[in-house]
Amino acid sequence: MSRFELDARRMLCPMPVIRTQAKVEQLCSGDTLAVVCTDPGVKYDIPAWCRVHGHEVLAIKEHDEEITISIRVGGQ
Amino acid sequence: MSEPRKAVALISGGLDSLLAARVIQDQGIHVEGINFFTGFCVEGHTHAIRSKERAKPKRNNALWVAEQLGIRLHIIDIIEEYKDIVANPRHGYGAHLNPCLDCKIFMVRKAREWVRDHGFDFIITGEVIGQRPKSQRKATMPVIARESGADDVLLRPLCAKNLPPSRPEREGWVDREKLHDFTGRSRKPQMALAATYGFHDYAQPAGGCCFLTDAQYSHKLADLWRARGSRRYELDDIMLLKVGRHLRPRPHFKMIIGREDGENRFLHGYRKQFTHLFSTSHSGPLVLIDGEVNQDDLVLAAQVAARFGQGRDAAQVEVEVHGKDGASQTLRVVPLSSAQVPEHWYL
Repeated sequence: MSRFELDARRMLCPMPVIRTQAKVEQLCSGDTLAVVCTDPGVKYDIPAWCRVHGHEVLAIKEHDEEITISIRVGGQ
Repeated sequence: MSEPRKAVALISGGLDSLLAARVIQDQGIHVEGINFFTGFCVEGHTHAIRSKERAKPKRNNALWVAEQLGIRLHIIDIIEEYKDIVANPRHGYGAHLNPCLDCKIFMVRKAREWVRDHGFDFIITGEVIGQRPKSQRKATMPVIARESGADDVLLRPLCAKNLPPSRPEREGWVDREKLHDFTGRSRKPQMALAATYGFHDYAQPAGGCCFLTDAQYSHKLADLWRARGSRRYELDDIMLLKVGRHLRPRPHFKMIIGREDGENRFLHGYRKQFTHLFSTSHSGPLVLIDGEVNQDDLVLAAQVAARFGQGRDAAQVEVEVHGKDGASQTLRVVPLSSAQVPEHWYL
């Protein structure tokens, strides 16, 4: 199980979701991915995308204008 | 026991595709969704650039639909391939720069490729005959099926009974009798069907789900193409067309002027790609300049920028100008009056 990071800053939804989707496809069950974004819409869209695909949102942290969403990849 | 048949549904986030997928799920078919992102999609987050919109609840309607249905949704970036559809639609445009029929053919073709690559059996869409004047007509239904290459693995559950049986119906994968015969622009049958499924909070986008159906947006895109001498664009171009006030004071340059804090913040992210300016003596907008400008142009742009800031009635406004090369200068200008900003500058 490994940890990965994805920079999706300055992208507007749904691009951060699309990039997350593409990254997660390369990962294994149990890996974690931290997605760094600036569009507040990700607080809704990435968790929604995780729910329909069976991934787990571990944390959503906000610092200044940046939002970091940590995901644990589920079975694919 | 044999595995259930598998269908992929084109999910726009609207009511019709939600219902079409649900009708097929009801028949024991495994359904997954695909949603295509063209760059022109209308969704809440783009509007949420503006400060007053940021507090409103936001959702991606296609993901919301997937959650209602309990299906996987694959969001697919088609920005690059879509450029040719927008620039050169074989079947022409609708009322504005909306290439609706070519767009539908393209999306069904992409869905057909997805079906082939993922071992699915057929494609479903929420199309209804007569629902849309350009793409959803009785005459265009076979055109979409034929030109996309989907042919008879394309099923439209909401109007299937008005069309020849598709392969899923002929093979008995789905029961044609349980499909629908909706026609026309009325939404009442869909709303009634939604009520039977308990769907209430579905999206009802005014004017469709694409910026290209918007007259003002299309006007700005046409202006961009004219100014560049070709029908090309990048994702940043079409994002910026959604933001700010756009003025073209001269044929060779355009100004993008933030209308409030949220837009200024958004434009700030682009400042290194554009010559940009802002007032330092008064509060006012961040302004990007699209095009190559000389010193006279910069003075004019500074006067226009000053017109849209708090210093509009001042005798003089200081404007800081930053070039793409990093060089900066401060200009002291007299703001243009309202009468000095002709209507035709506004895009």
